Amino acid sequence: MEWLERNVPKLVLAPSFVAILVFVYGFIVWTAWISLTKSRLMPRYDIDGLGQYTRLFASPRWDVAMNNLYIFGALFIIISMLVGLMLAIFLDQKIRAEGVLRTIYLYPMALSLIVTGTAWKWILNPGLGIQDMVRSWGFESFTFDWLIRPEMAIYTIVLAAVWQASGFVMALFLAGLRSVDTEIIRAAQVDGIPTHRIYSAIIIPTMAPIFLSAFIVLAHLAIKAFDLVIALTNGGPGYATDLPATYMYAMAFSRGDLGQAAASAMIMMMVIFAIVVPYLYSELRPRRDQ
Amino acid sequence: MTSNTMLRWGLYAILTVFALFYLLPLFVMLTTSLKSLEEIRTGGLLALPRAITFQPWLEAWSSACAGTQCEGLRPFFWNSVLMAVPAVLISTVVGALNGYVFAQWRFPGANLFFAAILFGCFIPFQVVLMPMARMLGLLGLAGTIPGLIFVHVIYGIGFTTLFFRNYYVTIPQELVRAAKVDGAGFFRIFWSIFLPISLPIITVSVIWQFTQIWNDFLFGVSFSGPGSQPVTVALNNIVNSTTGVKAYNVDMAAAIIAALPTLLVYVVAGKYFIRGLTAGSVKG
Repeated sequence: MEWLERNVPKLVLAPSFVAILVFVYGFIVWTAWISLTKSRLMPRYDIDGLGQYTRLFASPRWDVAMNNLYIFGALFIIISMLVGLMLAIFLDQKIRAEGVLRTIYLYPMALSLIVTGTAWKWILNPGLGIQDMVRSWGFESFTFDWLIRPEMAIYTIVLAAVWQASGFVMALFLAGLRSVDTEIIRAAQVDGIPTHRIYSAIIIPTMAPIFLSAFIVLAHLAIKAFDLVIALTNGGPGYATDLPATYMYAMAFSRGDLGQAAASAMIMMMVIFAIVVPYLYSELRPRRDQ
Repeated sequence: MTSNTMLRWGLYAILTVFALFYLLPLFVMLTTSLKSLEEIRTGGLLALPRAITFQPWLEAWSSACAGTQCEGLRPFFWNSVLMAVPAVLISTVVGALNGYVFAQWRFPGANLFFAAILFGCFIPFQVVLMPMARMLGLLGLAGTIPGLIFVHVIYGIGFTTLFFRNYYVTIPQELVRAAKVDGAGFFRIFWSIFLPISLPIITVSVIWQFTQIWNDFLFGVSFSGPGSQPVTVALNNIVNSTTGVKAYNVDMAAAIIAALPTLLVYVVAGKYFIRGLTAGSVKG
């Protein structure tokens, strides 16, 4: 009985411990293992080496997916950060109706990416969307058909993703701006330093950790991007807008190529960990010393 | 002074333009969903409906075709409710107890385990998709709502544990020590000291989990069967359904219906939604 009492905390954690061990770490090991075998439709467990990775890197479709990830990731992160920072700074100027504007900027984050994709697919479709609207205004030769042009379709995904996430970055930055010591700002204002200098020299540098957090969240969203692509372009035209996540899904569930699916999932995980691990490490470090 | 006024005007102009940009899709969805197909073909994208019709909403709710099934979103909407409610409750309760242990009942190795949980929050789910599909098959849960609940609980407890741990860690440990001296046990202390002060963080956790689970598509599309698909999967199927005439108005009505629950939560409890978002990104 006394043993039970002493060990209640551990017993409470035990189910979660087992679950995380099996369903996170055990499953990662399983996927890693499969990525080293010749598995196709059914898993095989005899290790074969790095053949799947060689195949993956030689695959033109994977090449497109990784290229799209670079384009999408870079533009999505940079534009969301710029828009978010700009809106945060502007909202910080004692704006009337700030609450309403903030609510409007942030609501897309509450929506499913499938809803976002459906809406933008309708707006961007050349037949009845923006292109048709501008043409009906008299600009007969206006074209805006990115959605169906293989080399441009990835930018429609950037547009919809920025629409969805930039308000969230705004909220992060705004919270950061509000936490800067007002004494310092007032002192700078008294000294007659212009507002843009106060921002560029005093406020923004103190927000470095927030830039880092925003970057981590956005990078994470970019690498995992799946729903939005499915809803907006379904990877098309052809596989022009494939991302690693849609490639993996296609291999696992429609192509029946478990080996390729596993190898691509492992690459995705490595990319995420290359970004997240240093961040988590620095976040966890000081707390352990307490 | 005049240049300052102009600056203010410019500021408001830019903020308004962005507000319109964020509102545009919602506006277009709403107006399109109230137009007849004829009006969609002849009128402009941004035009207000000339003759409002609720027919698309009725169709989206009860007769639109998702694949071969033509019962609208209704059955799938309830699937999502049946999936989200238990998954949110279970993951929040487990997260609360876990967080309570991590914050107040530390033992050797607890930090390492906490780091392992935190790490798990960041994995791309693609890496667990295939083994989970096999595991659900082995458990007899493949293609069922309990299977989806199971998956959402497993991959949700990382975040809920984090929320509660970071909340409870601010409560002085002396409180627990004093209560122990008075003879109170683990659950007694949780029940009478921690639970009563937990309403804000429970709200954050419930809202976060609900939004995540309701909006999930990856698990839904990977692990559900014909009778257990959540509303996001059904919406995607309705939009991509190739039978008959493309009914954009029905698609838009369906999209709004699928978005309503989380939108409602955001409008009612936006403050807590934002807290969940920022807690999920800025750890502690």
